[in-house]
This record gives sequence, structure tokens and C-alpha cells, in this order.
Amino acid sequence: MVVSSFSKDDIFEMLSEIPDPEIPVVSIQEMGMLRDVVMTDEGCEVIITPTYSGCPAMGLIAQDIKMTLEMKGVPSVSVKLVDSPAWATDWMTDAAKKKLKDYGIAPPLHSSCNKGNFSDNVILCPLCNSDNTSIVTRFGATACKALYRCEDCNEPFEYFKCH
Amino acid sequence: MTEKEALFSYCLRLGDDALIHSYRLSEWCRNAPMLEEDLALTNFALDLTGRARALLTYAGEIEGKGRTEDDLAYRREERHYFNNLICELPKGDFATTIVRLLFTATQEHLFYSELTHSQDGTLAAIAAKTVKEAQYHMVHASDWVRRLGLGTEESHERLERAIDELCPYTGEMFETDKVVAVLQDKNIAVDNAAIRSNWKTYIEDILREVGVMVPGSQHMQTGGRKGIHTEYMGHILTEMQYLQRTYPDATW
Ligand SMILES: [Zn+2]
Repeated sequence: MVVSSFSKDDIFEMLSEIPDPEIPVVSIQEMGMLRDVVMTDEGCEVIITPTYSGCPAMGLIAQDIKMTLEMKGVPSVSVKLVDSPAWATDWMTDAAKKKLKDYGIAPPLHSSCNKGNFSDNVILCPLCNSDNTSIVTRFGATACKALYRCEDCNEPFEYFKCH
Repeated sequence: MTEKEALFSYCLRLGDDALIHSYRLSEWCRNAPMLEEDLALTNFALDLTGRARALLTYAGEIEGKGRTEDDLAYRREERHYFNNLICELPKGDFATTIVRLLFTATQEHLFYSELTHSQDGTLAAIAAKTVKEAQYHMVHASDWVRRLGLGTEESHERLERAIDELCPYTGEMFETDKVVAVLQDKNIAVDNAAIRSNWKTYIEDILREVGVMVPGSQHMQTGGRKGIHTEYMGHILTEMQYLQRTYPDATW
């Protein structure tokens, strides 16, 4: 199979099924990490952008991209990491935010929340929608999340930090 | 000095600050006073490692000699590291770690806010990410300064001691030289001196809040940007570079 049998849209379609390794209910595309696909003479180059500076999942994502495309017969896949413009949680699609919430993770507030020392930010409980919540720790299981507790339903939950 | 040479140095400096401070923070892994703090400090270390990777990778690209982030992180001699000295000082007690984080993260928050306006697109993008992370570090360090300062007699004393120890290493963060001047002419670099007063105001306000005397002007240690380090740097590199020195080009 030669590369010309795939269009850029085909590649995007194939990539749309790759989940975020840390939050498997959303895809890397919905997260806004997938920036572009460039068709070259040899194959294709997939351009992705890191979320957090130290996101340890980037290596795995690059590997997933290569494996997914190669298994579908796309030759010579390369993955390029591009920093500019910088990813922000505002790039997450609304669908992705909804999926996060359904999964039990409070989605990030708009980036304008980054003013001040964060103490004014009201994070809604993803389970009962109460605004009566409090922060437990600024760090959860991954660098991109903080731990909260709902004071109404008493459930702990993760908040995807605004970035 | 050409613009390219200056930019290479500039990226190394910022990358080395992050790399070496990250190393010190990661020494708290499974040694922190509580699990929550263990996670916090190692998360900060991770942010800094990520920042170092981006900056060192970019430095290698600018240099154009094929050096990767790993070559730059693990294959340089001590005199070719250009981090500020405050990053390499021993981790000390918890107060020392928190005060260092407060001093550096406050400077970084101000510095990287400015750097987002850099004419260099890559630096501006790295800055856009970093500024949010530095703010997070700054808020966290500030909270701890309050807890230590308003806590017990011992925590208050330790906080004061850490401030006295680290203050002489803060002047270096605001120095300027030829590298900065060359890049400032092109609107690439930040005016280090210009952010000093805002830094000082923030630090003084928070220290006053917890009743700690702000040290007056004093002799400031310097040398890091020229590759002249404290006795501690060699020890860091011995451990950090062990694998690449013992098994050159090791892969797995
Ligand atoms: Zn609830």
C-alpha cells in the first residue's frame, strides 16, 4: 500500500480513536493535543503538542500514534512535538469536558481563573453539581489534576487543573 | 557575541536552572513530611524537568551540532553548566526547600510572564506553559511559608534560618550581562533587573505577614551564569551523570 492511498482526513480519522493514556475516556484529539498531520513523500508526520511541561505521557502518546497508523498500513510515520503555540486547557473541546465530568473528573475552568491565588475558584462537584466543595490537595494521581471533596455528597473527586 | 551564541547560552541558563532545581526537589521523593507534600514536591520536580527538556532540546537545535537534550543534560562538565547557584545548594530541611521554591518560583513567575512576549516564538511558547506552573509553585510555597512562619517556635526559627541562608543567593537571579543585552536588543530576552522590585515587594509582603525580618541589602553570591559553582555542584553531577558516564550511549 502506498501512502497516496491515504488522505489527511483518513489519518485524522485513524488518530481520533487514540485515547489519552491518563484519562482514557477522552481522545488526544478532544484534548487538543493533536495539532496537525503533514503528508510527506515518504509518509506522514503527526504534530502533537505537550499539555503540561513534564507530562510523562507524551512518549507513550507518540508510540500509540505510530503503532495505530502502522497497523493500518500507513508507512513512515513520524511524530513531532511542537511547543508553539502553547497548549491550554481552553483548547479542550466541550465534548471532552462533558466526558471528563461524566467520568467523575471536574473539567478545567476557563483559563481566566488563573488570576490571583486560585482560592476564589469555585469547582463544581461532578457528581451532584454542588458548589460547596473544598480542595484536599493541589496534587492528584497525575500532575494535571488536583483533589477535591464535595461537602454536600461527601464524595472525593479530581479536578482537571486549568492550564 | 552573535545572536545565535547568546540564544544558545540563554536557553542553557534557563534549562540548567530547571534541571538542577528539579534534581534537588526530587531528593524529597518519599522523604517529605507527608504524602501530600511528597506528591507536591515531586510534581514540581516533574514540571521543572519538563521545562528543562524543552529548553535544552531547543538549545541543541540552536547550536546545530546535533546535541540532544540528553547530551546537554548528562555530558557537560561542571564549568559548562550555567544555573543560578541557588538551585544547586543542598536541599537542607523542609523550610530551606520551601524558601528556595518561594524565591525562585516568584522570580520565575515574573520572568516567564515577561518572556511570553519574546520575539522568539519557541521561548514565548515555553514561557506560556511555564508561567502557569511557576504560579502554582509560588502559591504553594507561599502557603507553606505562612504555615511555617505562623506555626510553632521551631518552624518559625527554621523559616528564618532558611531565609538568612538563601537571601545572599537571590541577587544572581536579577543580574544582567552581555548574553542578556544582545538578546534584549532583539526583544528576545527579559530585562532581569526590571522584575526585581516586584519580586522584592511580593517576598517582603509575605515575610512581614508572618513576622519575619526581611534581610537588608547584603553581599550577593554570584558565578553560576559564568559556570563557577559552589562545592555542591560536583556532587550533583557525579550522581546525575553516573549512568551516562559509566555506560556511554546506553539505551533501553
Ligand atoms: Zn457532590
